[in-house]
Amino acid sequence: MTIDWGWFPDHQSDLVTLTLDHLSTAVPAVLFGLLIALPLAVIAHRVRPLRGLLLGLSNILFTIPSIAIFVLLLPVTGLTRTTAITGLTIYTLVVLLRNTVEGLDSVPTKVREASTAMGARPLRTLLTVELPLAFPVIMAGVRVATVMAISLVSVASYIGYGGLGQLFTDGFQRNYPTPVVAGVILSLVLALVADAVLVTIQWLCTPWLRRRA
Amino acid sequence: MLELLQSLLRWLTSGSQWSGPDGIATRLLEHLQYSLLATLVAAAIALPVGLLIGHTGRGAFLAINLSGFGRALPTVGLVTLVFLASGLSMWPVYVSLVALAIPVIVTNTYAGMAAVDPEVRDAARGQGMRWYQVLFQVELPLALPLIMTGLRLACVQVVATATIAAYVSFGGLGRYVFDGLAQRDLVQVLGGAVLVAALAIALDLALAGVQRLLFRNRPPRAHAH
Amino acid sequence: MISFKDVSKHYPNGTTAVDRLSLELPEGGITVLVGTSGCGKTTTLRMVNRMVEPSSGTVSVGGRDVLKADAAELRRGIGYVIQQAGLFPHRTILDNIATVPLLLGWGRRKARARAAELLELVGLPADAGKRYPHQLSGGQQQRVGVARALAADPPVLLMDEPFGAVDPVVRTQLQNELLRLQSELRKTVVFVTHDIDEAVRLGDRIAIFRTGGHLVQCAPPAELLASPADDFVAGFLGAERGLKLLSLSTLADVEREPVPADGQRWRLVTSERGEPLGWRDTEGPEGDRAPLLPVRPLRDGDSLLTALDESLASPAGLVARVDADGVLTGITGRDAIHEYAGQRHAEAGRAAALKNAAEAPGTDGTSGTDGTSGDGTSEADGTSGDGTSEADEDPKSSDTSVTA
Repeated sequence: MTIDWGWFPDHQSDLVTLTLDHLSTAVPAVLFGLLIALPLAVIAHRVRPLRGLLLGLSNILFTIPSIAIFVLLLPVTGLTRTTAITGLTIYTLVVLLRNTVEGLDSVPTKVREASTAMGARPLRTLLTVELPLAFPVIMAGVRVATVMAISLVSVASYIGYGGLGQLFTDGFQRNYPTPVVAGVILSLVLALVADAVLVTIQWLCTPWLRRRA
Repeated sequence: MLELLQSLLRWLTSGSQWSGPDGIATRLLEHLQYSLLATLVAAAIALPVGLLIGHTGRGAFLAINLSGFGRALPTVGLVTLVFLASGLSMWPVYVSLVALAIPVIVTNTYAGMAAVDPEVRDAARGQGMRWYQVLFQVELPLALPLIMTGLRLACVQVVATATIAAYVSFGGLGRYVFDGLAQRDLVQVLGGAVLVAALAIALDLALAGVQRLLFRNRPPRAHAH
Repeated sequence: MISFKDVSKHYPNGTTAVDRLSLELPEGGITVLVGTSGCGKTTTLRMVNRMVEPSSGTVSVGGRDVLKADAAELRRGIGYVIQQAGLFPHRTILDNIATVPLLLGWGRRKARARAAELLELVGLPADAGKRYPHQLSGGQQQRVGVARALAADPPVLLMDEPFGAVDPVVRTQLQNELLRLQSELRKTVVFVTHDIDEAVRLGDRIAIFRTGGHLVQCAPPAELLASPADDFVAGFLGAERGLKLLSLSTLADVEREPVPADGQRWRLVTSERGEPLGWRDTEGPEGDRAPLLPVRPLRDGDSLLTALDESLASPAGLVARVDADGVLTGITGRDAIHEYAGQRHAEAGRAAALKNAAEAPGTDGTSGTDGTSGDGTSEADGTSGDGTSEADEDPKSSDTSVTA
């Protein structure tokens, strides 16, 4: 297997386009996943009987092969980016939901009660005490979900929205490894950079967890 | 929608669909074989690594980053790459499935070991246990629930991803998904997906049962990723 | 200020946390709820700010039924301090203290200014305000907890084993601090603890609970110690009830005698300003050259227990008493302390008996019980009067048996 290094500079602009394309599928998927997972997690956390049901359901969704999810969404949303984003969103849900529930569970009862006892109403306690304290665990979930989404986008190349995944199909069909290598490396780098960005955001948002200088 | 479900039910229950070299029974066994072998190989590599990192406390940073790296690896790309490098063989399937499972098992094993109360570890050493006695008689049993969680998670992911074998022209339940995709036969895709999901859930439940048998006397614990 | 009328709390699993409790807590005092775990004291406390709702009966604060109030608003008007403070780990100390003012809509600047004031009030340095809770010691965190509860100047303060998680030295400091604050602020404080010594130290009144949520006795500490209602209370108060009672009275009203003139065996040597320096044994072999034996001068505010201790430690059997500036004002002998302690005990016992008689006319049972519960030690007390014996364990029980 030889890699044609000259291929890279020739396809620079293609690579940039595909990378951006990759991101514009993965990022919305995580955001939508979060938008759905947060309220569901709050419900799962507060209403014990629903907890097993919601977590169980999301676990079942996780067992469906990703390629099948995309294909099965085709009759509903067609060959659009929506299909790719929806499929990935379903995948991110498991991780986000579980982590958010765990994060809310990890808030010490004493602290929650202190807020109630001082006269904060439930919504206020949720927004100003529970979610900030659950934030590190939620962010751990967001990081896993983001990395997973970025690596899974390539599966959507079967429906034409695979971002860097297009390079795999291209290399596969032409029996030409160079674009595949490029795709794997870029996808990896993208995931690791996104992860680093999230770590930074988390650090900036949790001053109370930093060691005192 | 209802029509689709009815066709799916017909597809799943027709006798002819189950028999023969293209039948569900054969595909199911193939799928099971890929998944179990990959999980076992991954466990054989990942468990010692995770235990060692957890016991010594060294290399934790490596373990965590390795798992991030493993998750970031696009499976389709890896399969394609190994396929192009090795030609028509089972290598692409196994390499990518094992690569997928290792990080999950390593991190959970490490998390389990890290969660062992340092005082318990200290007490074991204080009573004169050697390092391997501490590892196998104290740490491992205490870390087992989380280790099992890791194995279950890895298993579920491997089963779902083993679909990819069909992409490089092998068998397994992925055949229905890819063939259905090529033939625009939604019922077949759905059938394949349902079977994969059912297999994953069945394996997960089986492992959960084993776990429950092993730890009947333990309080339930939260799991990590 | 706070009243419980026939209040019960049952849980769905069948346990009764509080059983038909009726209790009035007067304004501006510390009432300590004390008892073993599972006796319902914490539940009682939590019913005041509706963290727990009563199954039956009425809890009212300031004459208003708590169930008729909006829970959140009710709570904003009641300070709440819990063990390990329950501080918000993600907010700075200043923002923690400012919580209730912000909930009340004071605006950030005013709330912060108030928080800074409170930081000082509870004796924390101003730069602590910018830190996060985990950067403070346990004792400091507990102070922040108190400051946070006081932030909006609520008339009522609920404290649920607030000092349970700190070491004994810090606990004593925090208790002193609380007494100091209370003397300034005069809040109505409800304080839960399982530590009877803490209860005696802090309480203006002590309510003793028994497992199953029964209130057994509620009385000022002196009355409680002098005449426990039954064996349970007596057992809970512990064997050294007499000593605890001594710790409640001060030396102020004990008669002061002039410093003995020279010629006695023990001479109290003072500085030029009149501060006691030590005792000298003038009849020893070294005569006037004899080394000084230590003296611990006591002020009027010191407890009888301390005085008794010093009278035993002092070679002359005498306590040197000084004014606020440390200048010698007189001495008091061991006998005088014993006698006064005995009187105090009798008074407390008589007050309790009178109250019991008034509450339950015709049944003299309670005061009778008192006599017997004190009996175990009263035999030895015949000798305590002469002051020369070692029988200073419980010098006032003799008087109790007289009243009984």
